Amino acid sequence: MEEILVAKGLKKTFRISAKQQKLEKTREKIKVAVNNLSFTAYRGEIYGLLGSNGAGKTTTLRMIATLITPDEGDVLVDGVSVVKEPNRVRSKIGFLTSELKLEEFFTPNYLFDFFAQLHGMEREETEERKRELFDKFGISGFAEVKVADMSTGMKQKVSLVISIVHNPDIIIFDEPTNGLDVLTAKVVTDFLLELKSQGKTIIVSTHIFSLIEKVCDRVGIIIDGAMALSGRLSELTEKKNLEDVFFDVYAERAGEAV
Amino acid sequence: MKSNMITIMKKEFARFFKDKRMVLSTILMPGLLIYVMYTFIGQGLSGLYASGENFVPQVYAVNLPEDYANAEGLPMNFIPVEDETEARAMLTSGAGEEEGGCDLLVVFPENFTEAVNAYETTSGEKAPEVEVYYNSADTDSSTAYSMMLDFLDDYEASMANKFDVNSQEKQYDLASEKDTAGMVFSMMIPMLMMIFLFSGCMAVAPESIAGEKERGTIATLLVTPMKRSHLALGKILSLSVIAILSGLSSFIGTMLSLPNMMGGMEDVSASVYQVSDFLLLLAVILSTVLVIVSIISIISAFAKNVKEATTWVTPVMIVCMLLAVTSMIESLKPDNIFMYLIPLYNSVQCMNGIFSFTADIPGIGVTVASNVVYTILGVGILTKMFNSEKVMFSR
Repeated sequence: MEEILVAKGLKKTFRISAKQQKLEKTREKIKVAVNNLSFTAYRGEIYGLLGSNGAGKTTTLRMIATLITPDEGDVLVDGVSVVKEPNRVRSKIGFLTSELKLEEFFTPNYLFDFFAQLHGMEREETEERKRELFDKFGISGFAEVKVADMSTGMKQKVSLVISIVHNPDIIIFDEPTNGLDVLTAKVVTDFLLELKSQGKTIIVSTHIFSLIEKVCDRVGIIIDGAMALSGRLSELTEKKNLEDVFFDVYAERAGEAV
Repeated sequence: MKSNMITIMKKEFARFFKDKRMVLSTILMPGLLIYVMYTFIGQGLSGLYASGENFVPQVYAVNLPEDYANAEGLPMNFIPVEDETEARAMLTSGAGEEEGGCDLLVVFPENFTEAVNAYETTSGEKAPEVEVYYNSADTDSSTAYSMMLDFLDDYEASMANKFDVNSQEKQYDLASEKDTAGMVFSMMIPMLMMIFLFSGCMAVAPESIAGEKERGTIATLLVTPMKRSHLALGKILSLSVIAILSGLSSFIGTMLSLPNMMGGMEDVSASVYQVSDFLLLLAVILSTVLVIVSIISIISAFAKNVKEATTWVTPVMIVCMLLAVTSMIESLKPDNIFMYLIPLYNSVQCMNGIFSFTADIPGIGVTVASNVVYTILGVGILTKMFNSEKVMFSR
């Protein structure tokens, strides 16, 4: 199996503002969000990062997406370092997170063309890709509606499509089904499997066990910024279901019975 | 990927020009409002300090000399009274309006004409004194007061007419139309122009940069393979174009309405300027807007949201306005070429020179060149900021 994404010893710390210190009732000035985190994803598989809120999943994905730089460690995306060549990495990946918003003034049609141009796509290629993705997600019906006038589900569909405008080989989804109704969530889940069948590599972060169980080949459990357990889903869930595995690891790490 | 800068510019233009409210409030309204406002102010000021053309003051006079009482064609209507008390009350309270009111009270000394005729200036005695009471809060009374002083001056001059001053039907003011326009425009326009340009930049830059940060849309751009420098340059250039259009709207409104504001000065017209003057002005304005947009963009990138950006930009605007006022102060004019390196101040002085027909071409050259250099520095700083996770994702 070909390694396509290798994260090695990732560490990320953030300064805690006085306001946050008050909120979190701490005197610490530095927060370690991710600590010595390593994992490997292979071409054509779906890798799931599982963890509770604040575990460090999003920070890890943001480092892979080059939005933030690791304090220590590196990620090689298809052999390209996120630290040394972030721009090359950006052209290889698609990234979807609730943090990334679309300008509400524009329509899906305009936004698709805009991001396609930023990725250096030709006109014909753009039109073909747009037709394909808009039809798949049923966006054609509201392609000329401003984002501001759309429902949450419609916005999520458009965000998803925009994140893969350039047909990247590696796609990173941060909590892709969060806040979606069951129908839209199913569309997204099915699409993850379809992307996998096309040979794409997908890194997905979530705290929803069923999503991991349904789509992932490998899973990494993150607790307090560190990789607590990583391996093939089928192996990890040989004796127990994923939920039990997670809480066992959590209890062991946190030193408390859950 | 060089076209990414153009793509960003196109997006900024689409965002702006497809929003009718933005176009209306940022480009059309400033010019229109300035024209209407200045015209009204001009009319208001004219009305405040001048009464109607057919105004004939009602002048109550104590001890009115016979020759005034019987004279015809006087510019005022004299009403003889015995006692000044009633007239004073009318002047103070505005009473008696239905009978024509009282605009002025003049108290002549008894036997005024005889006393004046008998008076010798060399005698050392006190001259006969005329007391003129008026109400400065009343426009008609103020006008009547001025008319009366002129009238009495003329009367006094006619009694000892040793020489005349400018008594012929000749043009004694040798200022040309160009000089008058130059004086008015160079005093007002550079200051107003700086304020308009800054306002135009403020209307669009914080929204485009801090607004995108606030809404999370800038992060969506940052995960694309576009160079940060293209993003910075694309933003600054497109915002500059929009700010220039906004400033131009205000400029046209001002140029058209300034003569109205100056009380209908017919000599004040922008037609005295040549195409070359406007080209120089355009070069200065373009480079100035680039500098202003760069400054506001950097501040906006630091801010967490539009509100914070606007708050932080306000002190800079005050500094800009203070620098703009230097166009009115002779002692603050540049005395060496290096002073044209001071951003914003250089633009004000260049505009002042252009409008007063004393343009310092090397100074303008230094101004435009230094402004371009400052803009390049600004683009560099903004690029660094777009690259900085602390700046872009601070909460």
